[in-house]
Amino acid sequence: MLEDVVRFTFNVDGEDFSSAGAASVQVKKHLRQMGFSPEIIRRVAIAMYEGEINMVIHADGGVATVEVTDDSIVMILEDKGPGIPDVALAMQEGFSTAKENIRSLGFGAGMGLPNMKKYSDSMKIETEVGKGTTIIMTVNV
Amino acid sequence: MKIGTIANLLSADILCGKEDVNCDVHSACASDMMSDVLAFVKDQAVLLTGLVNPQVIRTAVMMDMRCVVFVRRKVPTDDMIALAEESGIVLMKSDLRMFEACGILYSEGLCGSKEGTANA
Repeated sequence: MLEDVVRFTFNVDGEDFSSAGAASVQVKKHLRQMGFSPEIIRRVAIAMYEGEINMVIHADGGVATVEVTDDSIVMILEDKGPGIPDVALAMQEGFSTAKENIRSLGFGAGMGLPNMKKYSDSMKIETEVGKGTTIIMTVNV
Repeated sequence: MKIGTIANLLSADILCGKEDVNCDVHSACASDMMSDVLAFVKDQAVLLTGLVNPQVIRTAVMMDMRCVVFVRRKVPTDDMIALAEESGIVLMKSDLRMFEACGILYSEGLCGSKEGTANA
């Protein structure tokens, strides 16, 4: 039993694509140590990893916070990037605004946001063009 | 299928994780797009790819994959090998093209997944 909320915060470096995902790896390790099931850990890790990659590709990095309670694992990804002009369009599988250099690195297939939604129990997107985006994903335990 | 059997079938060189050649994998996924791979969840899988960057290893870690096969004579960097060793993932490289490597493994009984979209 967790007595309170356990919170992890990470700065996601927008300059270094090769280190993207480091925060997700750390979260995975923490959750494993806390005794969560492999299925829950994998869902959190994949959702957060896609979010982290998005922050690096589109928003020059940001801050990722993970809040763990007995009932849920909540991931809050905040950036000060360009915002998402059309969220419904961005949610469509295959739609991507990533440039060719990102595709050559294996991302930008237009599966990031759909995967984040698929692996979380709920996902909320708050975005404003020119100001940034906050994505809150919850995985129920 | 044993990881060692995969190495033999693909005439692949094992680059790290030789101690795990007797571990089993039950499914395979092949893609150069990591987001497609992330749409595919299956325990104890092997990833075949021609993409070489650290995100390949991170993707495999997130997916709890046991083994990554680099096809088309692609060679992972030392950093990638170190990351895989740290994460307990077997890396191997093969001269075969993706299509041939997939065909050999499939014909020998290794399957894809019935769910997901990344079974290239």
